[in-house]
Amino acid sequence: MRSAWKRHSVLPGFGITMGFTLTYLSLIVLIPLSTLVFKSATLGPAAFWAAVTSSRVVASYKLTFGAALAAAAVNAVFGLVVAWVLARYRFPGQRLVDAFVDLPFALPTAVAGIALTALYAENGWLGRPLADLGIRVAYTPLGVTVALTFIGLPFVVRTLQPVIEDLDPEVEEAAASLGASRAQTFARVVLPALLPAWLTGFALAFARAVGEYGSVVFIAGNMPMKTEIAPLLIITKLEQYDYAGATAIALVLLVASFLLLLSINLLQHWSSRRTA
Amino acid sequence: MSRPLAEPVGVRVLLIVVALAYLGLFLVMPLLAVFTQALEKGLAAYAAAVTEPLALSALKLTLLTAAIAVPLNLIFGLGAAWAIAKFDFPGKNALITLIDLPFAVSPVIAGMIFILLFGRQGYLGPWLGEHDIKVVFAFPGLALATTFVTFPFVARELIPVMQAMGKEEEEAARVLGAGGWQTFFRITLPNVKWGLLYGVILCNARAMGEFGAVSVVSGHVRGKTNTLPLHVEILYNEYNFQAAFAVASLLAFLALVTLVAKSFVEWRS
Repeated sequence: MRSAWKRHSVLPGFGITMGFTLTYLSLIVLIPLSTLVFKSATLGPAAFWAAVTSSRVVASYKLTFGAALAAAAVNAVFGLVVAWVLARYRFPGQRLVDAFVDLPFALPTAVAGIALTALYAENGWLGRPLADLGIRVAYTPLGVTVALTFIGLPFVVRTLQPVIEDLDPEVEEAAASLGASRAQTFARVVLPALLPAWLTGFALAFARAVGEYGSVVFIAGNMPMKTEIAPLLIITKLEQYDYAGATAIALVLLVASFLLLLSINLLQHWSSRRTA
Repeated sequence: MSRPLAEPVGVRVLLIVVALAYLGLFLVMPLLAVFTQALEKGLAAYAAAVTEPLALSALKLTLLTAAIAVPLNLIFGLGAAWAIAKFDFPGKNALITLIDLPFAVSPVIAGMIFILLFGRQGYLGPWLGEHDIKVVFAFPGLALATTFVTFPFVARELIPVMQAMGKEEEEAARVLGAGGWQTFFRITLPNVKWGLLYGVILCNARAMGEFGAVSVVSGHVRGKTNTLPLHVEILYNEYNFQAAFAVASLLAFLALVTLVAKSFVEWRS
């Protein structure tokens, strides 16, 4: 079969690059990941169910998914504003601001974690005034949300920005000439066109936040049942040599990530069909 | 160009202020916090924290880990992009999805799978023990986990660039008698060099900064299996905040260099 594909091309190297790609993919990604499925299969359905529904695990899932959802929602709202401002307006220092949006991709998560903790701790720059208002951020679920907002920040901006830049101005002009106010044009014409990319950015930020560890552990305080995220609980179980329990929690997280990945792919399919 | 249709000036100013306030709160403030806390006790304390032997050995280990993960994923990225962009075969989209897979996996899970495979109670643990080979809680584990989390970076940047380039130029070179490697080095590589560099920059930043995955496989042996981010964690958990932030400032500086390099590449390409 391989030679049948190759005959169409005068370019060399299909066999070797494809062989190398598949081998390397299997060794680094597929075989190691498959151990997760094998290990949790040794548990049996009843023990698996017990492992993922114990109250401490359920509490960690609630915190992880709840905080990730809240953080993605915050980023969806403000990410739209940032993307709009960067794509449509001109102001001094814009290039710098644009480059800076990617900071959460470049800054190691542990550094982000300790920096946010220092800021929001009760003696921190932001923590002190907030504490005066009676709001505690560090070592509460709110702190977890703040950390997840930080690491998810670029996703919505970076998925929306090119789509806003590519919007056809004629459509907005048509809406305006037919008598729509600017707000009406935005709500009825612009926003629907941005919707697939907006949802994609939201899902990407959510997916990233669900698995996040480094930026959260410092600010969370890690109290079981209260501020313990699921990835941390996995590490705790591993340190107690409860490998099967750890894999069961991990498998649920992984399945959630895959479902998100799948919906992101469907969203992109939807958006490419709309723009085509 | 002035847009015939734009928001009123007041709304525009308000939106810019909101956007800048949001970025200032979530991006600028944490970065400022790192550098102020690092210099809190003066330059001498800063210099001491970043030049003590444990910090230097962590720095060495971080560089070494990146020196393994980045070239491996670079070669993989080139090979995968060549096969995917220049040839047609069934299952191409599935292959691209599989290459992106590590992005969907929590860093903690990325570390855990190597414990399940190579740990003392892992699938290959007994065999490794008999032959006295240490993978987990040693350097090979760090390198493997880092390679896993940085796996897609180069490939996912290169694949679209190579696809956009098409294959006519290479085919012409081949028909005119150029060898395979000659075609690759004279035609393909110059065309994709900015995309390649972009992928390498991102891959390197993640490799040097990775925390979750290496935290699981490292075992935190000081001076042996501690990378810079793990060193930051240990110092912080010992309440040695100034030293933790001093070491963290090195990583923050690396992040800023990454952003500058990234912008430069975007501007060139």
